[in-house]
Amino acid sequence: MKLKPNIATSEAGFIFNPATGDSFAANPLAADILARAKAGLDAAAIKADILERYDVAPGQLEKDWDDLLAQLRDFNLLGEAESEHQKVT
Amino acid sequence: MKQPYERPTLRKLTAGALHKFGPRAGAAPTAALDGVAVAELVARFGSPLFVLSERQLRRSYQAAVRAFGTRYPAVQLAWSYKTNYLNAVCRTFHQEGAWAEVVSGMELEKALLNGVPGPHILFNGPGKRRTDLEQACAVDAVIHLDNADELHLLLDVAAGRATRPRVALRVNLDAGIYPQWDRFGFNLENGEAWQALGRVVASGRLALVGLHCHIGTYVLQPKAYGVAATKLAALARRCGRELHTAIQYLDLGGGFPSTNTLKGAYLPAADTVPPLDEYAEAITGALLGAGFPADELPLLVLEAGRALVDDAGSLIGSVLANKRLADGRRATILDFGVNLLFTSFWYDHHISPTREFSDQTEPTVLYGPLCMNIDQLRNSIALPLLAPGDTVVVHKVGAYNMSQWQQFINLRPNVVMIDEAGAVHIIRAAETLDYLQQLERVPAHLLP
Repeated sequence: MKLKPNIATSEAGFIFNPATGDSFAANPLAADILARAKAGLDAAAIKADILERYDVAPGQLEKDWDDLLAQLRDFNLLGEAESEHQKVT
Repeated sequence: MKQPYERPTLRKLTAGALHKFGPRAGAAPTAALDGVAVAELVARFGSPLFVLSERQLRRSYQAAVRAFGTRYPAVQLAWSYKTNYLNAVCRTFHQEGAWAEVVSGMELEKALLNGVPGPHILFNGPGKRRTDLEQACAVDAVIHLDNADELHLLLDVAAGRATRPRVALRVNLDAGIYPQWDRFGFNLENGEAWQALGRVVASGRLALVGLHCHIGTYVLQPKAYGVAATKLAALARRCGRELHTAIQYLDLGGGFPSTNTLKGAYLPAADTVPPLDEYAEAITGALLGAGFPADELPLLVLEAGRALVDDAGSLIGSVLANKRLADGRRATILDFGVNLLFTSFWYDHHISPTREFSDQTEPTVLYGPLCMNIDQLRNSIALPLLAPGDTVVVHKVGAYNMSQWQQFINLRPNVVMIDEAGAVHIIRAAETLDYLQQLERVPAHLLP
């Protein structure tokens, strides 16, 4: 999961796209995921950490992970390669 | 101990969407109904589940009686059977003192089986058959005449009877609102109603006891009722003067709104629907000022339905699945659809989660489980991040849903009533496939 390089994010979950002027609010878990992705963690590591800390079944997390990617894609926030090839891992 | 999980989500920030009602409108949880936990109700009776509050039924009835009864000396409510004719609901209102307003032979039979005396049944409706009229005459129900053919059919039925059937004339009139309902009864302004009244009285075979009008449904202008009451009262006085017939009651019908928000309304109904007191003030003010001698005021009859029962009904349902639509909108599929919630065609129903969530909400399209494109409950509603298995409560569904519901694709679920002591009773059991098929017959050549 790689956001476009120009996307600004804050710890509180505020996301800003300077190219379009669009801004977004991420809920706490989405903000956490984006922060870890920005720090360079890969998807498997982020998911393992979530399963460790949160009360969620692996299957549910996978569904929600796909949905988050769909939202990022829909909002035009994903990096080019990620967006075009729709990588989900 | 692990932290509670809520799926990751993003929300696009749009300045135009901010408004004074705040971001969490509608999302406050409803964990219990009349003190009974939603989780317990679902565990015992399944989901979806209609829940009726006996306390609220009685409270709404008493509030209506108070609104009119404190302003006018003689008031009678007649429970509109079509709004919800589950026997437990009808009997609750009859216990409170309501007569029955029925619109078909089937409803007439139901009212009789519910113990309503024939003279306390008002028989409306535009489609009465000869057998219906004969039955109504036999039990001395009051027949509200809708059209000339019906009048002549009743004259025919009355010809062989020892006593004169009691009738009221249904009148449609211009109350200053649009649309003007003119499909029920005889028109006042073009003289049709007066002509029919003359024929009723001249026949000598019918006893004219009342006048009736029903100006519309979900009428938001109390003044319109005042206009209707003024016109009906003037007609009653004319009957006394020119036909030498004392009109015993004036029936102003129903059509009073509940606080469900109509589709397309800018503001929530709770902020825009006038209280019942304003309708009462308009109607009773008109009658008291109509010139009747104080000891000859006619009985005021009201056929309230929605205003009495809507608030008392709730529908519990469960989330079956979430998905994302092509345009990125969130969609949630519930285990009930327009088959059970007929009124979702009219209202943007208020829907609540049943447990606490974070402040995050997502604009969501709510679909039912039917494999039909029309099965959409809300086009856009701000709901928290519901997951499969979560339950929701739809509020104020007591009117029309439990009579207009359809057995379509899914069977109809349990309906329970919570009594005033908090005990839960099944008042209509969930349907089974056996029940569904018991009236079917398969021709022999299709059998193995």
